[in-house]
Amino acid sequence: MKMSGAEIVVECLKREGVKHIFGYPGGVILNIFDLLYDDKDLKLILTRHEQGAVHAADGYARVTGRPGVVLVTSGPGATNTVTGLATASMDSIPLVVLTGQVPTVLIGNDAFQEADIVGISRPCTKYNILSKDVKNLSKEIREAFYIARTGRPGPVLIDLPKDVTSGKTDFVWPEQVSIRSYNPTYEGNKWMIEKAARAIAQSKKPLIIAGGGCILSDASEEVRELAEFSSIPVTMTMMGLGSFPGSHDLSLGMPGMHGTFYANKSIQNADLLIAIGMRFDDRVTGKIEAFAPHAKIIHIDIDPTSIRKNVSVDIPIVGDVKRILTVLNRVMKEEMKEQWSEVRKAWLKQVADWKHERPMTYTRSDEVIKPQFVVEKIYELTAGDAIITTEVGQNQMWAAQFYKYDKPRTWLSSGGLGTMGYGFPAALGAQMAAPDKLVIDIAGDGSIQMNIQELATAVIYKLPVKVAILNNRYLGMVRQWQELFFSERYSHTNLDVTPDFVALAEAYGAVGLRATKPSEVEPVLKEAFSIKRTVFMDFVVDWKEKVYPMVPAGASIDEMLFEEKEKPAEKKLKAVK
Amino acid sequence: MRHTISVLVENKFGVLSRVSGLFSGRGYNIESLSVGETIDPQISIMTIVTSGDDWVIEQITKQLNKLIDVIKVVDLTEFDHVQREMILIKVAPKRENKVEVLRLAEIFRGRVLDSSPQTFTIEVTGEEKKIAAFIELMKPMGIKEFVRTGTVAMAREISKKK
Repeated sequence: MKMSGAEIVVECLKREGVKHIFGYPGGVILNIFDLLYDDKDLKLILTRHEQGAVHAADGYARVTGRPGVVLVTSGPGATNTVTGLATASMDSIPLVVLTGQVPTVLIGNDAFQEADIVGISRPCTKYNILSKDVKNLSKEIREAFYIARTGRPGPVLIDLPKDVTSGKTDFVWPEQVSIRSYNPTYEGNKWMIEKAARAIAQSKKPLIIAGGGCILSDASEEVRELAEFSSIPVTMTMMGLGSFPGSHDLSLGMPGMHGTFYANKSIQNADLLIAIGMRFDDRVTGKIEAFAPHAKIIHIDIDPTSIRKNVSVDIPIVGDVKRILTVLNRVMKEEMKEQWSEVRKAWLKQVADWKHERPMTYTRSDEVIKPQFVVEKIYELTAGDAIITTEVGQNQMWAAQFYKYDKPRTWLSSGGLGTMGYGFPAALGAQMAAPDKLVIDIAGDGSIQMNIQELATAVIYKLPVKVAILNNRYLGMVRQWQELFFSERYSHTNLDVTPDFVALAEAYGAVGLRATKPSEVEPVLKEAFSIKRTVFMDFVVDWKEKVYPMVPAGASIDEMLFEEKEKPAEKKLKAVK
Repeated sequence: MRHTISVLVENKFGVLSRVSGLFSGRGYNIESLSVGETIDPQISIMTIVTSGDDWVIEQITKQLNKLIDVIKVVDLTEFDHVQREMILIKVAPKRENKVEVLRLAEIFRGRVLDSSPQTFTIEVTGEEKKIAAFIELMKPMGIKEFVRTGTVAMAREISKKK
């Protein structure tokens, strides 16, 4: 049957199981938008900015595990997707982004709304392609989905010239996908897995570091099995939050720059690190030469380039985390009969002592709202049963520190790229994916303004997302660095004129609530959670509050600054500068 | 250390920029790069000469492998291999040096491709060291310009991993 390129796109999306597309129309992509006008199966969510569309698709993908789909026009429509692509690329999130392009005869002529998006997006996509012939279109789309979701997932972009979507050809659906140059490794090397099992058995002070790969691979059960069976404490990187229950006895919370004292202490004293689906990011390792000085490292990751990129690894295992852990757990159980809780007693006691010595804490107040208090209250009132998205900065760190993520795919945050403006559109995508869930964006007053236009999207699609703005009238994290490392010279971090978020929400047709005193926090949250509408909550918080503990950039992760030691530590740091 | 890496790629639009973009984006150095079709016109082969310590080279080969359009990566430095480069060099020697230039070209098994009253254009093929030596010898003779192909390399048929 002859079909137009646009019809092929729509048909392929349906066959890939796509239900929702996030997008924004424009001239050269109209062939496809026209078909969506009366399509019953594909729903397009019209955002108010293409960046919002990509983040929303990203949030959708993080919740469902399936590729998020974006449809935008050429030129500025395409270039506006770049930050979203880079965000997804850094965090290994599967996306298929379809961009319009000027007709093939005009490509290279600096035509109206022409941008070389394939060239621009090359370093921030897993793969991208300019479709040049309608005959290849179905194969290209099929491969795009395949590449996006397999191996180490990532965003794939297909650029669709106008004449390709209007051209006609016989529709052929490729049942199988086979790309000779793309064959990710899934099964771990058996010998290496056995070697890892022996290393775990011999270790006196082992520690699991679970990263985002554990979530992408749906391996939470396997991580938990390994930890519980062999009594190993677990620290979750920021991307790995939710891969192991944060409220579990063996959980040490997050490591690294703003990690817990006990997680960092455990890393520095462990004799074995079992790094699973994580990539030793500099925010996790601190000064690399001083990282985990006593530990052998087992590194499990699907991406060979992650191994031995930043740290030297003793036992590398390339493959899918879930499959490798399944084998590892079986080997451990079959061959090792020790009573692990006995064997590890001393180590677990030591870790428990560290937990006791310096728990995650902050100075409470009856006068001003502490931002951490808001996050704690959110955790308490939701009983941890919500999807949390965040912006980037202090809000992100407090959300990571003071809310315990027990389930995977409930924590959505831009880890690698650190994209301000991610959380709100991602929350909209998450809410589309999980209509019955409570979705909360923990935001800052700076970040929320970076994609605030999506309030319109939230209201029109009746997405009951809750946005908790920790409003400190500053770009708080940058201000924190200026306070600690730049002699309190607050260059351009004071957001003196922040809008009235309550009035702003109402102007868009959403609900606005405000709390200025600690006693108002709980009533505001309760009210927000009881309203089935989009709600902005403006929490006017203590602007002086800083994120602790903190490892200064470039320092070893056990050189932590704490709140009560702030003064001498700061002096020391200033003296160093 | 210097490595010669052979990369088999899909002969597709944009592959060269994926490879060169990988090097520039990650701060790796390309000393030379040559590309051409293989016997299968759908496949091209690139020979890349790069340098770095073991960590860097390991990352380079892994990152190349990770590119979707890359079929195979071989670090030829690990094997016995042959490699060649060609240079076209135009020299403008003084009258008294003309014979010397031709004599040196002969020693290097070079060929004169073009001559004019003032200049010779000479083709020399060899390993990189030989090319470098020839350039050194031509310098005092008066080099007008030269152009190099970059290294191409191939594993020996009977080749052991070093």
